[in-house]
Amino acid sequence: MTDFAIEATGLKVHFKTGAGLVRAVDGVDLSIPKGAFHGIVGESGCGKTTLARAIIGLQSSTEGSVRINGRDRTDWQRADRKGFARAVQFIFQDPLGSMSRRQTVGQTLEEPLLIHGIGTASERKARLAELLDLVALPSTVLDRIPRSLSGGQRQRVSIARALALNPQVLICDEPLSALDVSVRAQIVNLFARLQAQLGLTIVIVAHDLAIVREVCSEVTVMYLGRVAEQGVTKPLFADPAHPYTQALLSAVPSPDPRIEATRPRILLAGDPPSPRNPPPGCRFSTRCPVVEPQCRVTEPQLRAVKHQGQAACHLAAAETHAVI
Amino acid sequence: MSTPVYAVENLVIDLYTPTVSVRAVDGASFHVSPGETLAIVGESGSGKTVMTLGPLGLMPEGVAVDLRGTARADGRDILTLSPAELSALRGGFFGVIFQDPMSALNPMLKIGPQLARQAQLYAGLSPEAARKEGVSLLARSGIPDPEDRYDRYPHELSGGMLQRAMIALALAARPRVLIADEPTTALDATVQAQILALIRTIQKEDGIAVVLITHDIGAVSVLADRVIVLYAGQIAEEGSAIDVLTAPVHPYTRGLLASVPDFRSESATGTKEIPGIPPNQAQLMPGCRFADRCDRVLPACHSHRPRLQTIATGEVPHRVACPVVIAAEGIATHD
Repeated sequence: MTDFAIEATGLKVHFKTGAGLVRAVDGVDLSIPKGAFHGIVGESGCGKTTLARAIIGLQSSTEGSVRINGRDRTDWQRADRKGFARAVQFIFQDPLGSMSRRQTVGQTLEEPLLIHGIGTASERKARLAELLDLVALPSTVLDRIPRSLSGGQRQRVSIARALALNPQVLICDEPLSALDVSVRAQIVNLFARLQAQLGLTIVIVAHDLAIVREVCSEVTVMYLGRVAEQGVTKPLFADPAHPYTQALLSAVPSPDPRIEATRPRILLAGDPPSPRNPPPGCRFSTRCPVVEPQCRVTEPQLRAVKHQGQAACHLAAAETHAVI
Repeated sequence: MSTPVYAVENLVIDLYTPTVSVRAVDGASFHVSPGETLAIVGESGSGKTVMTLGPLGLMPEGVAVDLRGTARADGRDILTLSPAELSALRGGFFGVIFQDPMSALNPMLKIGPQLARQAQLYAGLSPEAARKEGVSLLARSGIPDPEDRYDRYPHELSGGMLQRAMIALALAARPRVLIADEPTTALDATVQAQILALIRTIQKEDGIAVVLITHDIGAVSVLADRVIVLYAGQIAEEGSAIDVLTAPVHPYTRGLLASVPDFRSESATGTKEIPGIPPNQAQLMPGCRFADRCDRVLPACHSHRPRLQTIATGEVPHRVACPVVIAAEGIATHD
C-alpha cells in the first residue's frame, strides 16, 4: 500500500463572479505519494494555481476533500493549525510580495521559529545559519532587506523560510517564472538537492515543461479545471496519450535549431475556452485535432494508458492511443 | 548578402539617474538585412532592449541618456534626426511588438480603427481603403472573424488574440524592420508556438527584416538566422544560429545553453547552472564582465577587456570575445 502525502478527491473550486460561475477547478482527483516530486502543468487559466492553493487550504474548496499525510486537511487545520503549518509549507510565485518589505532576512527567517516557540536565541541563530547553508546563501544577507536582494536570492530566502520548521510537504506556485534563465537553473537544482537531502514531498506548479521533465518524478497535466493526463514524467513525456499533452509538448521549441528545422509540429488553433462555460463533453474538444462526435457529448474519465499513467481521452485506450 | 536595412555601429549608451550612472551598452555593433531574423539574446538588464530601441529614441523613462555611435536606417543616419522625423520613422519604417500588448494598443479605442489610422498615416491609404486594410491585417494575423473583431475593444480579446492584434498594428504601416521585444514571454506554450509561426510566415511573405529581442533560447531556435549574445552591455558571441546554439564558444553562451534543458534529446546534460548573478552595471570593473561567474577565468580576464575575434569566416562570421577559450582549445582566428 502506497503511503500518500496528498490525496485530493473530487476537488472543486468555483468562483461566483458578476459574469457567472468560474469553474477554476472542476473535479480533480490527485494522489501524490510521500517523497515524490510532483509537477502540475497547464496553460494559464487551467486552474493549476487554484488547485495548489486549495490543497493547502489557502483557497476554500466548493466540493471534495483533501487528505494530507493521511489526515483530513480541514479537520487538521481546525484542530491543530500550528501543527499543520509545521508539516506543510507553501512557496509563492513572487517572493517579494510574500515577505515583509521592512523585515531583514534574519527577521523573516526567525519569525516562524518564534511563532512556534522553537529553541533559545542561540539555537535559533544556529538554525538560521543552517537554513542559509541549505539554500546556499552567505550569512551576510541576514541584515539585508528583501528589496536589496536579487530575484534568485529572494527566492532562496523564501525557500529557506518555508524550510525553517522542517516541513514534510512543500507546495510551490510557479517558483521559477520570475527568474532569469541562468538563475532558474540554480533554483531548480536547489529544489532537486533539497528533495534528496531532506526527503521532502514537493509539489511544483510550473509552465516550463522542459524543467518539469528534468526534475519532477511525476506530473499532472491540467486543462480547463480538469486533469487531462497524469503519470510518471519520463514515460509520459516520451509517449503522451492525451492529444492536449501531445500538442503542449510539441509547442515547446528545441534549443537546437537543427532539430527545430525538421521536427513535425502540432499547432493548436485558438486559445483555451473560458472556464466560465466549459464546452460540453471533453473540454479539449473545441481545439482537438482528432476530435470525434462522441467527444462533444460525453466527458471522458481518467483511464489507464500505455505509459502506465492515466489520461482523460475517449481515444486513448491502454493498447492504442490517439496520435496527432 | 543584401545591404542591411538597420545597422548600428560602436554603440555606447550611458543612462543617468540622479544617483547612479549605468553603462547599459558598451561598444556594440549589429545589422539586419531584409528577409533575415537577427536574435539578440540576453538576460534582464543585459541591455538588449536599449541597444535595439535606443537609437530609435525609445528609452526608459526618467533617465538621462547619453548615446554615441552610429545608427543607419536604409543608409540614412538616424541619430541626427529631429524628434518628429524619428517619430515618423518609428511608425513607418520600424514596427515594434512589445511583450505587453496593452502597452501598444489604446484601451479606449476599438482595435480596427487603431489599425486603420496607422495605415492611413503611414501607408497613405484613404479612409475606406484603410478600413479594408485593417480587416485584412487582422485576418493575416490569424484572428478569426476579423470583421467582427474590427469593432471590438482590446479588453474583449484574449491574451493570444491581443498579441496578434498588436502584430497587425505593427504591420499596418508596412514596416521594413519588425522589432519584436520578448514577443512570447507572457504567453502560454501553445499560443507561443502560434505567434512564432505567425512571425515567421509574415517575414517569409513580406521579406522584412526581424530583430528578435529575447531570453528564450527556444524562440531563437525557431526564428533566428543570426544570433548576438549580449552580456552586461557587451557582445559575448555572435554568429549564425546554428553555430552559436550548437557550437558555442564563449563560456557565458555555453553556460546559458547548458542551463536550458532539451527534453527531446536523451543525451542532454540537464540543467547546469551558472553560479552568481549578472554584475551591477553601475560599478563595472575593467576586464571581462563575465569574469566573476566564469569557470574558465584567468587573472588577466579581470584587467583586460576581451575583444571580438573571428573564429569562422563565411557568409555569417562566428565571432567570440574570449581569448582564454580560443587559446585553450586551439581555435584558429581570422583577424
